[in-house]
Amino acid sequence: MALTARSLLLTELVKGLGISIKYMLKRPVTLNYPHEKGPLSPRFRGEHALRRYPNGEERCIACKLSEAICPAQAITIEAEPRDDGSRRTTRYDIDMTKCIYCGFCQEACPVDAIVEGPNFEFATETREELMYDKRKLLDNGDRWETEIAQNLELDAPYR
Amino acid sequence: MADTAPQIKNLSINFGPQHPAAHGVLRLVLEMDGEVIERADPHIGLLHRGTEKLIEYKTYLQALPYFDRLDYVAPMNQEHAFVLATEKLLGIAAPPRGQAIRVLYDEIGRILNHLLNVPAFAMDVGAMTPMLWAFEEREKLMNFYERASGARLHAAYYRTGGVHQDLPAGLTDDILRWVETFPKVLDDMEGLLTDNRIFRQRTVDIGVVTKEDAQDWGFSGPMLRASGVPWDLRKAQPYDGYENYDFDIPVGKNGDCFDRYLVRMEEMRQSLRIIRQAIDKMPAGPIMVEDNKVSPPRRSEMKRSMEALIHHFKLYTEGFHIPAGEAYAAVEAPKGEFGVYLVSDGTNRPYRCKIRAPGYAFLQAADYLCKGYMLADVVAIIGSMDVVFGEIDR
Repeated sequence: MALTARSLLLTELVKGLGISIKYMLKRPVTLNYPHEKGPLSPRFRGEHALRRYPNGEERCIACKLSEAICPAQAITIEAEPRDDGSRRTTRYDIDMTKCIYCGFCQEACPVDAIVEGPNFEFATETREELMYDKRKLLDNGDRWETEIAQNLELDAPYR
Repeated sequence: MADTAPQIKNLSINFGPQHPAAHGVLRLVLEMDGEVIERADPHIGLLHRGTEKLIEYKTYLQALPYFDRLDYVAPMNQEHAFVLATEKLLGIAAPPRGQAIRVLYDEIGRILNHLLNVPAFAMDVGAMTPMLWAFEEREKLMNFYERASGARLHAAYYRTGGVHQDLPAGLTDDILRWVETFPKVLDDMEGLLTDNRIFRQRTVDIGVVTKEDAQDWGFSGPMLRASGVPWDLRKAQPYDGYENYDFDIPVGKNGDCFDRYLVRMEEMRQSLRIIRQAIDKMPAGPIMVEDNKVSPPRRSEMKRSMEALIHHFKLYTEGFHIPAGEAYAAVEAPKGEFGVYLVSDGTNRPYRCKIRAPGYAFLQAADYLCKGYMLADVVAIIGSMDVVFGEIDR
């Protein structure tokens, strides 16, 4: 009897509609990207950057740990001693189409030179633009240094 | 007369690989007698990336990110199986805090998975709304992933001997706050689906698997439990301290699509219980074994101590060596038993790494499950099987 009544009166459908209407009256949770963005933690692994010391000298000493650990073999490094005797890279390429953003390069880097910064908006129109060279990576470092330094400092107790 | 009699031939149709209800790149060749399925023949391999072979050429640390990319709906659960296998071969175990963090993130992964599967299944049979709600919750969960590991999906967070980094301050409080609000969303989803006559007509008594058949086909996880077998690796062979948590295993009765849906909904509630316990009982202490032959030294130490720096260089170039031997480690991934069989020859790279994906066993039963049902039921059955092609094709 009760079953027949329920089935005739479409109670469960009406109840479901009620839930839907309740949600309709709630504030929407969607973000108006690109004007609004979701939160990012200091650990976020985005676009790569090569950092410099405050005096403008490159941090990277061409130890090639990032090249060795990269599971996708996306990093290529060449190095030779400079005129002042210090060892620096002559070539630091990342193939961003190969990169899997695992973060092992920044984990391996002993001098915090290569980092994965907070930028995730680096889509390009051509594939070639994603073959990053040293200049592009250092540019990224200069552009994002404030955020990167802040994130590294926030995350330092956990590393 | 005989030669003019109409010839009736079964119709073969391709279901997928571009069909949205095929849940990825499944190509199902269906032989149809009218609307009824005579034979269902799954063609797999469209997402094959050679993961197992690639792993043979990577160090144990480098092999880890591959596991995120198998079942990309719940990445950390896969990593767990791999790190357990390596730990078994090395004869070490993660410290208590590392284990608790792993349990916490395994259960978050389980909810992530079921939150995708249940509404996707519902959408396959005609209900759009749960998907939108579930994705809002998934967004929050992926934020928890990101705060701990730095990536929303491909975490690379578990490591042999523990986890990569400790949880940042405040994260557990936020997870607990979310645990309080989440049952409401589950209630609303159930309010829309469980009693709904359309959902019931599409799922009850569809794709029935008996207890015996489920075992014969090698099912595991919710597919097996919905058929009434209370088998859960977290209870049957506990790993990483699951024996210390208090939770129940939901078991179905009929083994149809509807029961599988109910089992998954209840599993989410049980996962919430485990998450709460994991956070309440979270011990202090290290998150990784303090053996620099396996785990890299802390950064501050690496910058000061020569020995630590040498360990750091060794671990990030050569990696750690694992003594020769073989080991099988399985975890209760959200989809079922996810196992990794590792053969080591004593070097820094695995000699062989076999991955046992639960979805593969489900899909091999596609013919058995679909035969005799209607074309529209195939969609419901595949939806309730919870297949992800990352792990099936691997």
